[in-house]
Amino acid sequence: MSAASPVELEPTLTPEGEANLASPWVTIVWNDPVNLMSYVSYVFQKYFGYSEKHAEKLMLEVHNDGRSIVSTGSREEMERDVQAMHEHGLWATMEKAE
Amino acid sequence: MSGFARHRRSRRVIATFTGFEADLLRSLAGQLVELLRNEAAVPDEHADPLEALFDFSGPTTEPEDPVLARLFPTAYVEDEEAAAEFRRYTEGGLRDGKSKAACRIIDDLEEAGLPDELTEDGLMIDVELVEADAETWMRSFTDIRLALATRLGVEDGDEARWQSLPDDDPRAQAHDIYEWVGYLQETLVAALTR
Repeated sequence: MSAASPVELEPTLTPEGEANLASPWVTIVWNDPVNLMSYVSYVFQKYFGYSEKHAEKLMLEVHNDGRSIVSTGSREEMERDVQAMHEHGLWATMEKAE
Repeated sequence: MSGFARHRRSRRVIATFTGFEADLLRSLAGQLVELLRNEAAVPDEHADPLEALFDFSGPTTEPEDPVLARLFPTAYVEDEEAAAEFRRYTEGGLRDGKSKAACRIIDDLEEAGLPDELTEDGLMIDVELVEADAETWMRSFTDIRLALATRLGVEDGDEARWQSLPDDDPRAQAHDIYEWVGYLQETLVAALTR
């Protein structure tokens, strides 16, 4: 969930290929008292194609920390992701990556 | 009340509802459709009908109804202009999709034998959904639950508050329905994961 530090020269690619220095926008999913943990994890797997393990990790971040960065990319890509999250009833916003 | 399961051979997602349960689900889905269609997605600020005809844009401000505001959250927290643009391009389509999903539930229940008016005692409704339709139901259950929870003011860790209400309090009954749809959705997710 942390952004690459300024001194780091190479972009850090996670196994899911999310972090990318050339992709300065992020989609954030926020916790809400309604959505089921199983459903949120299902949506992350189905929509983003994340592994069950990775989807669970993001879902738990939302649940425990109140929010999680679920995807990183261009502004257009993040608008698509936010729209898809809203389609699924998740509370999502987007902002420039720090 | 057994919720959803996956049929081993056909791979379909199946559930059996009493007539009362099916009628309740239809009513909840119907109310959601009403809400999504009734409050105009396009702000009605054009007095001139001709001008309104040429206004193809969607809404730019957050819906006044708190349920709709939750279903269509503001995408950019700190950039009002970008948030308005995002809303203009997405809210109409999202409303339409949510409305169609709720209609899917109504149609599937009626195709499974739910009559317009529930008169017969002991009626059972068997639904059998292919995966894509089961996912549509699952998504719409979220919208229904968000709507009920927003109206009720559901918060994290507030179970004791609902349990302390007398049984005949309409909020207690609405909360029971909210919990029931949550149970249905939980079993639906589990069936789809299998």
